Amino acid sequence: MTATIPTLPQARLDHLLAAYGREVARRRRRAALALAVIVVLALVAGRYGEVDLTNLLDHLSNLSSYFGRIMPKLHAASLSADVADWYWDFFGWLKLLLDTVLIAYLATLAGAAGAGAVAFLAAANLAPNRYARWGAKRLLEFCRTVPDLVFALLFVSAFGLGPLAGVLAIAIHSFGTLGKLFTEVIENIDMNPVEGVRSAGGRFVDVVRFGALPQILPNLASYALLRFEINVRSSSIVGFVGAGGIGQDLFVAIRKFYYTDVSAILLLIIVTVAVMDLLTERIRHRLHPVARA
Amino acid sequence: MRAHPDILGEDAAAVLARHHAVLRKSRGRRALELGAPFALAASIVFSVWWLDISFAQIGPGLLELVKFVALMFPPSTGGHLALFLTSMGETLAIAFLGTLIAAAVAAPLSLLAAKNTAPSQLLRFMIRRLLDTIRGIDTLIWALVFVGVVGLGPFAGILAMAVSDSGAFGKLFSEAIEATEARQRETVIASGGSRWMALRFGLLPQILPVIAGQILYFFESNTRSATIIGIVGAGGIGLQLSEQIRTYDFDQVAFIVLLILVAVAAIDWISGKLRFAIIGRRQALP
Repeated sequence: MTATIPTLPQARLDHLLAAYGREVARRRRRAALALAVIVVLALVAGRYGEVDLTNLLDHLSNLSSYFGRIMPKLHAASLSADVADWYWDFFGWLKLLLDTVLIAYLATLAGAAGAGAVAFLAAANLAPNRYARWGAKRLLEFCRTVPDLVFALLFVSAFGLGPLAGVLAIAIHSFGTLGKLFTEVIENIDMNPVEGVRSAGGRFVDVVRFGALPQILPNLASYALLRFEINVRSSSIVGFVGAGGIGQDLFVAIRKFYYTDVSAILLLIIVTVAVMDLLTERIRHRLHPVARA
Repeated sequence: MRAHPDILGEDAAAVLARHHAVLRKSRGRRALELGAPFALAASIVFSVWWLDISFAQIGPGLLELVKFVALMFPPSTGGHLALFLTSMGETLAIAFLGTLIAAAVAAPLSLLAAKNTAPSQLLRFMIRRLLDTIRGIDTLIWALVFVGVVGLGPFAGILAMAVSDSGAFGKLFSEAIEATEARQRETVIASGGSRWMALRFGLLPQILPVIAGQILYFFESNTRSATIIGIVGAGGIGLQLSEQIRTYDFDQVAFIVLLILVAVAAIDWISGKLRFAIIGRRQALP
């Protein structure tokens, strides 16, 4: 027995196939156009970016040998001595790592405190007036758009070399980013408690303290912890411009080609960042599961 | 303090006493409420002491800062407008090419790193660790390394951005792949398609909007990062910025910062429009 699949009449089929063909062709044209735009942009960017493939190919062996050279020379026979040699300044670096973490810690606290104050002025549902809101939003925008390293450069010129410049720079950047996140959290609160406090005669401060704060505190803390993770990474970098932390030693090691120092310090930074991430993740899970933004 | 209005019709103290058991906080909670501020204060004091931050530093520093800000007005190009614009172009080029190359490198890696498409578990494990390591090293460190390899200039910046973002993209893309439905790929296989066809018709349509959104988002944030990698000599506006700060030409610093703000806002606007066109209102972003 042969089964036949009923097909549409030929005229109808032709019509449908033509429409399908047109639709596919339209999509292909759009994809080709997008591709062409990307290729043109890439070529223009390549010119501006001084892309030089022969240069890269010439130096590619440098790159692989670089990673070969920064690897420590460890031999099974003299392992402990080799490790001791590799980490010759272990305790000095450990101290700098603690510096790095503390810079991030202070900066996160300061940034979160400032953001917590300003976010209430910037939130659409609580702002006392339009002008305060506009000003607060622009301030936050400015603080998060200017990169923290630029602030660090400025502060190193103003306050001198050292961790203070790093703390301030990262704090200002955190203030900008956390301020925006906090504002969004505040704009999503349940307004009933706020109206309750208002109708009982509460002023702005009372509304914030009793109407809004209890709802949002776990979320704010969670975002601040998330920011702390990011700040640990930033504070390991600000040393590049002299603003404290382990970055200074790493910068010197890379610039002066102290190869094994580079790998030693990088490994320490990676481990520190991983440990901090684990710790804050623990705390965040205990706090309250925030919908991960 | 004002007197409580007698709305209950009975003594407020009596009501409180009646519900004391409910209202009383547990001992642990009271200890936490008392202890937390102390711990916080102690940790701050310790940090300030350890970092050797002296408050005597702050006053003169602030004065200096006010001086800098006063010098910033009015912002001026200092006759270097063409140079600044070219550098800004370099910055955009670094962000664009860096993101593009990173996405191109990460796409095949993410197929090998995703649970549901990885050909071997061992390979998957190794690629994941590789991506973690790459991601753990900041773009600026990669920039320093590449300046050592290919010399000063934006090319080093492009390579640095491409490498460090391929780590992030590899993770994000593989998560996007793991979140897809297997049925569509199975359908392609069941109707006689090859494995490549399964990827092309069963997988790609599901992940394309997600990863396109992520790429655009990274392009935005890379525009910001690309403004600073010039500080270590890897091209872009950062080089001019750090030079002007070091020579105390703050009117030009102000001009460059304004230039950065405008460029970043423009890129945000364009990429926001594109993102909206691709994935609509729901933004599945990191």
